Amino acid sequence: MTTQSTLIETLPDLIGSPFISCHYELGEITCEVKSEDIVDVCTKLRDAPEARFDVLIDLCAVDYSDYGKEGGETWEGSRYAVVYHLLSIENNSRIRLRANLSDESSLGIPSIIGVWAGADWFEREAFDLFGIIFVGHPDLRRLLTDYGFIGHPFRKDFPISGKVEMRYDENQGRVIYQPVTIEPRTLVPRTIRKDVFSNTGPNAGSNSLRSNSLRTGKTGNNGAQ
Amino acid sequence: MSEIRNYTMNFGPQHPAAHGVLRVIMEMDGEVIERCDPHIGLLHRGTEKLAETKPYNQSIGYMDRLDYVSMMCNEHAYVMVIEKMLGVTPPIRAQYIRVMFDEITRILNHCLWLGAHALDIGAMTVFLYCFREREDLMDCYEAVSGARMHATYYRPGGVYRDLPDTMPKHAGTKRHSDEETRDRNADREGSLLDFIEAFTDRFPAYVDEYETLLSDNRIWKQRTVDIGIVSPERARALGFSGAMLRGSGIEWDLRKKQPYEVYDQLDFDIPVGTNGDSYDRYLVRVEEMRQSNRIIRQCIKWLRENPGPVMLDDYKLAPPPRENMKGDMESLIHHFKLFTEGYCVPAGEAYAAIEHPKGEFGIYMVSDGANKPYRLKIRAPGFPHLAALNEMSKGHMLADMVAIIGTQDIVFGEIDR
Repeated sequence: MTTQSTLIETLPDLIGSPFISCHYELGEITCEVKSEDIVDVCTKLRDAPEARFDVLIDLCAVDYSDYGKEGGETWEGSRYAVVYHLLSIENNSRIRLRANLSDESSLGIPSIIGVWAGADWFEREAFDLFGIIFVGHPDLRRLLTDYGFIGHPFRKDFPISGKVEMRYDENQGRVIYQPVTIEPRTLVPRTIRKDVFSNTGPNAGSNSLRSNSLRTGKTGNNGAQ
Repeated sequence: MSEIRNYTMNFGPQHPAAHGVLRVIMEMDGEVIERCDPHIGLLHRGTEKLAETKPYNQSIGYMDRLDYVSMMCNEHAYVMVIEKMLGVTPPIRAQYIRVMFDEITRILNHCLWLGAHALDIGAMTVFLYCFREREDLMDCYEAVSGARMHATYYRPGGVYRDLPDTMPKHAGTKRHSDEETRDRNADREGSLLDFIEAFTDRFPAYVDEYETLLSDNRIWKQRTVDIGIVSPERARALGFSGAMLRGSGIEWDLRKKQPYEVYDQLDFDIPVGTNGDSYDRYLVRVEEMRQSNRIIRQCIKWLRENPGPVMLDDYKLAPPPRENMKGDMESLIHHFKLFTEGYCVPAGEAYAAIEHPKGEFGIYMVSDGANKPYRLKIRAPGFPHLAALNEMSKGHMLADMVAIIGTQDIVFGEIDR
């Protein structure tokens, strides 16, 4: 993937203004996009000969509301973001797009199902788990959760043990739902340790863990280098 | 004349040909499928959310349970993304062990796929043959990790332990004479590598057996040729990967195109189909088994000649040896911290993908610098494949639905996550 580092230089010219920012980290390109521009950007990335991102590898939502809550750097962007991973088979390159959802109340973003047909289920999944509305999706139904499920379980304010539990009720002779009786508990607390090696960030070379690791002749264990 | 109407038919969720818990609502025009709507999520466990509540190493076991027929490959993508974010590279021997077990896993997966696919279409013998080979490979899993399926063998920084020098042997039973027991243990006298090598000697002939049963079989061809055709353009638009993409004639394999671990030092070929139908995908996967066999043999040769560490010597990431813990206070502290709190991963995000037996299996991870992932997204290869079920089955007969589900190599552990 030698094109990866050259691609990032051509990207702003290629797409024009809609990128908020682009950066190159860990061998991966991440571009921040305005949510209303997403269809436009995706179409250009798919069709431009320098880009040719013809496969939508993944689409997922992220809820940043608890980010860095234990003492790390907090998240400055909006609460929800939709992250797209694109792959170009022709140019053998990858790119990641992140669209921040600015409006907390409506949580709408244009659907990219017209650009890649494979976005169908990915968008349904993100709607199901995070409650993000993909405007223009022809069939935005729940995908993974139970029939009649209430809530969006992958949001950070949704408890890990869920809200309802199901059991068979002998008296009524049917399966009923009731509020969960499990006590919420945390076995291992979430901690951010700045003194060990998380303070140096992914790009720092003097990271203790990085410098101590055995170098065995081959660097980089993945294709994105 | 009676009125002709479409009717709706329910398939699954408990059906032997649904490969797990798949419910499909089909709109039928006579025996022809007009439209189908797969309902998934019956095996949804929320692995991604569970991983957010556990230290990094405690989620490796969950990865085994995603695609529960190619366990170590799932682990591989997970440990790769952690290593990428930490900026560490495992020792070269660990990389070879990983590649060898990835390919063993590929054979495991394809054997189950071939057996189940053939059984669905009506060929029972292949299923029995394939499970015979799976048994040997699962013994390799067991020898190396202690578990036949859910191994938790790959760890960030290497693999849990080096390959064992001995293979467990069959004990004598009432049903087997001493001589039979000796025969059953014939390959198990040496090390694990000897056992795997003996398997790779046998295996090409086994693949020939499968092919004798199927490749020119009239019924098999009637059931798979021209069933579920996907054009290369549609395969890309629908997000296909792996054998589903290669069956449509696109030469794309992450092991070649974006090599990870030591794949760039190994010699193997990528089979590619031409018509994009179920028969081509069958041929592609069968050839992949032969190529995997080739890769395993190269790994065995290298591993025999090059002993060395299989885990990073960094006690912030990997636990110190147990002997040290008895006498060395610092080792004890490292061990205690690793198994109670775990290690923190620098803030940031990364995506790592491997060529899983089913396609591209990727993990996207967001970390805020804590000892647990902030967000983990599993990109399961079967997910976009199953999403295309409607398109692939349109206009086919009801019985072809089973063939199409079979050719997609669906496992619900990874699709529902």
